Amino acid sequence: MGRVMANLNPAYWWQRLLALPNDSRTKTLAVAMLVALSAAVLVSTASVLLRPIQEENRERERQAQITALVSAAIGDVGPLQARVVDLSTGNFEPDIDAVTFDQREAARDQTRSVAIPTENDFAGLGRRAKHARIFIQEVGSKIDLIVLPVHGLGYQSLLSGYLALRGDFNTVAALSFYDQGETPGLGSRITEANWQTNWRDRKIADESGAIRITVARGKAEGPFEVDGISGATRTGQGVSNMLRYWLGKHGFGPLLDRLRKESS
Amino acid sequence: MLGPDRKFLTDPLIDNNPVTLQILGICSALAVTTSLLMALIMSAALTSVLVISNGTISIIRHHVPSAIRLIVQIIIIASLVIIADEVLKAYAFEASKRLSVFVGLIVTNCIVLARAESFAMRNPPLPSLMDGLGNGLGYSLVLILLGTVRELLGAGTLLEITVLTTTKNGGWFEPLDLMLKPASAFFMLGFLVWIIRTVRPHQVVVPEFSAATMEAKGD
Repeated sequence: MGRVMANLNPAYWWQRLLALPNDSRTKTLAVAMLVALSAAVLVSTASVLLRPIQEENRERERQAQITALVSAAIGDVGPLQARVVDLSTGNFEPDIDAVTFDQREAARDQTRSVAIPTENDFAGLGRRAKHARIFIQEVGSKIDLIVLPVHGLGYQSLLSGYLALRGDFNTVAALSFYDQGETPGLGSRITEANWQTNWRDRKIADESGAIRITVARGKAEGPFEVDGISGATRTGQGVSNMLRYWLGKHGFGPLLDRLRKESS
Repeated sequence: MLGPDRKFLTDPLIDNNPVTLQILGICSALAVTTSLLMALIMSAALTSVLVISNGTISIIRHHVPSAIRLIVQIIIIASLVIIADEVLKAYAFEASKRLSVFVGLIVTNCIVLARAESFAMRNPPLPSLMDGLGNGLGYSLVLILLGTVRELLGAGTLLEITVLTTTKNGGWFEPLDLMLKPASAFFMLGFLVWIIRTVRPHQVVVPEFSAATMEAKGD
């Protein structure tokens, strides 16, 4: 017995394991463990190795989408400039490189993000990055178009998209989603161009400054509403809440206030 | 060259085709064949998963406890499917978005588990690899056929290159919208099975019983 225990050659133990009857409890457990372990290692390796290429694809798509969004809204796409904004003050932050800034990564970093107060967390995000990367198009020295990244919880997934506003900072030029996992054929229709064109020329806030823009239940009425998608009420609510958060005082509110003041 | 093993590769192409004879893998065959490119990518993904899973399962077949046999097979298949999905997301990003859930659903494709359970568990690695390749190609053959006909008649294109100019673009060809709907794949698959069974009558399934014999047995 002692001599058996003393054998430290792994090949010996491997042989013994293989020699066990297939239906013994030890072998069943060992096979289950080994198969699960090798499967896990393989899947993780593939995922880690391929992630940089996948990220590159997504980034390329995001860029293409911003360009498409802007060109759909105003025709010709002039040069878009990326800017990093400090969300709490609304000021541009020239110290952060706008090309490499990753808002999603920053939102996960405790030091670069803040918790969203529950009463303000309409979009269900929990935390948000202190900064955001936006895009502006200038005509002369005036900002003609501003593209804001927005995201929030829909019915069953995180919706991510871009909202483009015209130079009055109260008129929507376009809204477009690049990532969502809503019910195919229902909520996922928020990515359809047909529905997205409804957003053009909608107004964000009324004279008192209250954020009014919303997805209606059914047909839209008035300048602040967009047609709802039947069968996707919860997704519509998610979109409304997302805009309410990002356009509000905890989101891009300070930036938009500053730009409105500067342009008038 | 491959000697007697060759039949494992060639049999599933037509004579024992997993789709038209065994009527397996229908769901994805209907869903992804609106365009030839999607059909090709789906075929490549399924064939690679099938070959590797058959090979792996065959190598470990003597040491798989029968109590957890199916779980082990599914873990292997599911891991391969995840890897295939990741590879597509990296190297065929646009296509992977259009194929969406159907790559992931290869896990539930009956062809893969059927070949693992009925062939790879009982045969040495080389024939298992051949069997996986043969069945993968058999499935691919049907998908490519459906994809070609549906894209050509449904949109007038092949691999997104215009073959028949549609009336919309000033040509003569009126595209058949039906071809882009899942039902058309059902009809075409039905015709395909009919044609194959007419040419190879031994594939016709003999009814296990008929109304008359039921009656006779009834009393």
